[in-house]
Amino acid sequence: MSDNLTLPTQQGSTDTPSAEPLLKVEGLTKHFPIYGGFPIKRKVGAVQAVDGVDLTVGVGESVGLVGESGCGKSTTGRLITRLLEPTAGKITYSGQDITHASRRQLAPVRSEIQMIFQDPYSSLNPRQTVGTIIKSPMEVNGINPAGGREARVRELLELVGLNPEHYNRFPHEFSGGQRQRIGVARALALEPKLIVADEPVSALDVSIQAQVVNMLQKVQRELGIAFLFIAHDLAIVRHFSQRVAVMYLGKIVEVGDRESIYNGPRHPYTHALLSAVPEVEIAEEGPARERIRLSGDVPSPIHPPSGCRFRTRCWKAQDKCATEEPPLVQISGNRPGHLTACHFPEDPTTEPRDEDVILDPALRALEESATKE
Amino acid sequence: MTTLTKPEGAPAPTGPDSFLSVRDLKVQFSTEDGLVKAVDGLSFDVERGKTLGIVGESGSGKSVTNLTILGLHNARTSTVDGEIVLDGKELVTATEKELEQLRGNKMAMIFQDPLTALSPYYTVGRQLSEPYMKHRGASKKEAKDRAVQMLEKVGIPQPKTRFDDYPHQFSGGMRQRAMIAMALMCDPDLLIADEPTTALDVTVQAQILDLLKDLQQEFGSAIIFITHDLGVISNMADDLLVMYAGRAVERGSVKEVLRTPKHPYTWGLLSSMPRLDGDIHQALDPIPGSPPSLLNPPSGCPFHPRCAFKDQVAGDLCSQERPPLAAGRAAACHLTAEQKQTIFIDKIQPRLR
Amino acid sequence: MFQFIIRRTVGAAVTLFLIGAVTFFLFVAAPSDYASLACGKDCSPTRLEEIRTALGLNLPLHTQFWDFMSGIVVGRDFPTGHCPAPCLGQSFYSGEFVWDTIMDRFPLTLSLTVGALIVFLFVGIGAGMLAAFKRGSMVDKVATGGSMVLSSFQIYFLGPIALTVLVYQTGWMEDPKYVPFTQDPLGWLVGLSIPMVVMATIFTAQYTRMARASMIEQLAEEHVRTARAKGMSQKYVFFRYAWRGSLIPIVTVLGIDISALLGGGVVTELTFSLQGIGRLAVNGAVTKDLPLTMGVMLFGAFFILILNILVDIAYAYIDPRVRLS
Repeated sequence: MSDNLTLPTQQGSTDTPSAEPLLKVEGLTKHFPIYGGFPIKRKVGAVQAVDGVDLTVGVGESVGLVGESGCGKSTTGRLITRLLEPTAGKITYSGQDITHASRRQLAPVRSEIQMIFQDPYSSLNPRQTVGTIIKSPMEVNGINPAGGREARVRELLELVGLNPEHYNRFPHEFSGGQRQRIGVARALALEPKLIVADEPVSALDVSIQAQVVNMLQKVQRELGIAFLFIAHDLAIVRHFSQRVAVMYLGKIVEVGDRESIYNGPRHPYTHALLSAVPEVEIAEEGPARERIRLSGDVPSPIHPPSGCRFRTRCWKAQDKCATEEPPLVQISGNRPGHLTACHFPEDPTTEPRDEDVILDPALRALEESATKE
Repeated sequence: MTTLTKPEGAPAPTGPDSFLSVRDLKVQFSTEDGLVKAVDGLSFDVERGKTLGIVGESGSGKSVTNLTILGLHNARTSTVDGEIVLDGKELVTATEKELEQLRGNKMAMIFQDPLTALSPYYTVGRQLSEPYMKHRGASKKEAKDRAVQMLEKVGIPQPKTRFDDYPHQFSGGMRQRAMIAMALMCDPDLLIADEPTTALDVTVQAQILDLLKDLQQEFGSAIIFITHDLGVISNMADDLLVMYAGRAVERGSVKEVLRTPKHPYTWGLLSSMPRLDGDIHQALDPIPGSPPSLLNPPSGCPFHPRCAFKDQVAGDLCSQERPPLAAGRAAACHLTAEQKQTIFIDKIQPRLR
Repeated sequence: MFQFIIRRTVGAAVTLFLIGAVTFFLFVAAPSDYASLACGKDCSPTRLEEIRTALGLNLPLHTQFWDFMSGIVVGRDFPTGHCPAPCLGQSFYSGEFVWDTIMDRFPLTLSLTVGALIVFLFVGIGAGMLAAFKRGSMVDKVATGGSMVLSSFQIYFLGPIALTVLVYQTGWMEDPKYVPFTQDPLGWLVGLSIPMVVMATIFTAQYTRMARASMIEQLAEEHVRTARAKGMSQKYVFFRYAWRGSLIPIVTVLGIDISALLGGGVVTELTFSLQGIGRLAVNGAVTKDLPLTMGVMLFGAFFILILNILVDIAYAYIDPRVRLS
């Protein structure tokens, strides 16, 4: 990757987000209606994909959004980039309410918020050259950089670690990792202030993932672009994001700085999620971690559990969890900004417990019979 | 520990403990663009009741190898050379009928995506019963009893009712459990799991992996576990084979390979992965370039175009001569043992802490 | 499932009504006066008026439309007598009730369809499956090559050749003719054998290609591989696992083909000088016989809709995912 920076940095310091957040999301909700019934079709229910999400992203800050499939993290990304229309809630960008902004009102903001998609194969038009692909956002928005668009495209190609001479090649001539770089170059063409990256590396091979992560990190630091980094890989999110929000069934269950979420999580789901990550044992005396095995899969977002949505798979659930939805608040012992939505939070540690939490009945049965022998 | 005694390229009688023995396996596909050497001279052994992990990226030949063991490769477009001996039985030359008797019986397979790997047209129960009826001559009733018992064992709630459900009525995790139950119906000696948890969420993956391990304790099957995820393999396998471009580049016990890796590719894989307890201020160290095309693989060592240490090898050895994979714990690399150790201790190990 | 059938039947009835309405108004909007056409060259105004009354053309449009539509359900009275339900009106020309005319012609169309269908279903799908099963073999090459050639032929090409060879030159067979099946089953078969075989040949070729392609696609499915990994025999996997999925595209096309065949094939009928629904439709259109044309249209549309429902039911039967959603 080239270290020569060819673009002017837009923002100053990136490590400390400024007081006024770049993006503020309040009560963001997206329900996808389900139609059915006879003889007249009517709305019979809704997939509650995102249900009251509060989130801020500071200038130049990278915020990670993690969770398992169906938790609403991708939908949240699409709502923020306004690829989807929110059902309720408010999205404020640089102090401007863009929740329901019309196409025309949105135009200046659109170029500042860009998206990178998961699939580097389907998100690039196979009939256009790389140059055309990267240039077209500038054309659409009538941007004429000094030195011309083509020169700018070549700069961008170099910035994302591609050979500027590949300007006239077609996407199919590139590998998956290189295509993802093209996608990033296209997103950078409009000098965005916020990039929503939806699983940007999960379709790539392990050895390529790191290349793209490093490139994104370089872009983030050097150009001061804020990132909403959506991914299911907790280790990559930790590596990339200063703050992390954990989603479960359409809600944020825990959010906080990287250190708090990964080393002092309070929500049982965060504990379960971290405990489930398979880690390479590179050393005999590696730090031991708690073992939590949930039972079953995530419930359907069409009929999410009442109260706390995680209660059906939680080992600490009590009656209160079914009746009262826990608010996302800073519970005692948490650092400022570390918010948890739980009535009965766990201790802020990932150390092994006296007894593993094994909720899966089959696993429990097998392990009990094994210890008896 | 698995016996890993014979160097690659040398067909040899199987060791006494070796239950499955693959020698100098070559699988080639003819495509419109030319001949693809999907597997190019691969040898390994699996011991009874133990787990061999095979790790590699897409196109490394790990899946093809295992389809070939089962005889499920496309015989029309591919040619297979070498030896595959399962419990004394040579499989490369076996007839289709002989293979049918072994598949689902002595050796079974778990596929990556249970949604597409189970037929949408038949009930889960029927799909589970079939191999038991075929291989054990069981009646429908006996097969059902066995299937319900297996479904219960893998943690499907209300297995009697779910027996009559179709795969699409199961959730993703439940489907993979059903798939595991199906593979275990006839108590196979060898279980091949091809990325069995890649399609699953991380909390479900953890459940399924532990389940597989516990079931292995009970059933005593040998497992070949194929994955691209070093973290998963670290928790699952006893022995490890690292594949690159259709060849084995490193092998040994899981602990040996992951704690003191000897091949630059393995180093690269480990240094390019972020860890949950890693130093966040240290940038990842990716492997440059991309995996090679198997239509036109690089000469010599297939990894040499991406290798950061090839200048330490005298002459053009890396691009001219394919490094052999020596006996036992070994890496196919032209670097000397001292060089490997120095590089690992100085450059690689510090990154992994 | 039951609810599904009800829902689809109601939907089909509504569609049929809309088709009727569209046809009706299109014809009425057409710039020709049926009465003067029917009246002929030396037409007096009185005579014209009489014809208008007789045809009901002097009534307001909506009344004409209502009479037509209600006639289908409850029957209708004409000056010439009662037309029982389903009454599709009375031909301007022959004065016959349209339904009777259609019913007069339909047995031939039905016979040709059924005869050809039996042949091309079994031979076509069978050959296609066999070719897929023995992919790359001589059988496959013959089936693929043969079907490629035959499916590019047309009835008006193969038909005259068959007639010339079998009838005119050798005299082995007689000109195709329709004998009711109930009267003389053997005569029915012999009389229609040439058109049936010619039609079947072309369809067989198409179905062979389709079945082969569909089967090959299914054989590459992962669940088929899983079945093989369980040790199920190639034959078992082929006929239990792959076969089922391969039926879906075949059923889709079959539904379209059958409804088209039942709606009448003009080319076939002209080639073999037979009087079926197809010719009726053409006659109706050429002579601007509104009731006849509308009747044939609705009759054809009825089959399209019925076959659509049947195809959906077949989907549900083949694929439990459809059944249970």
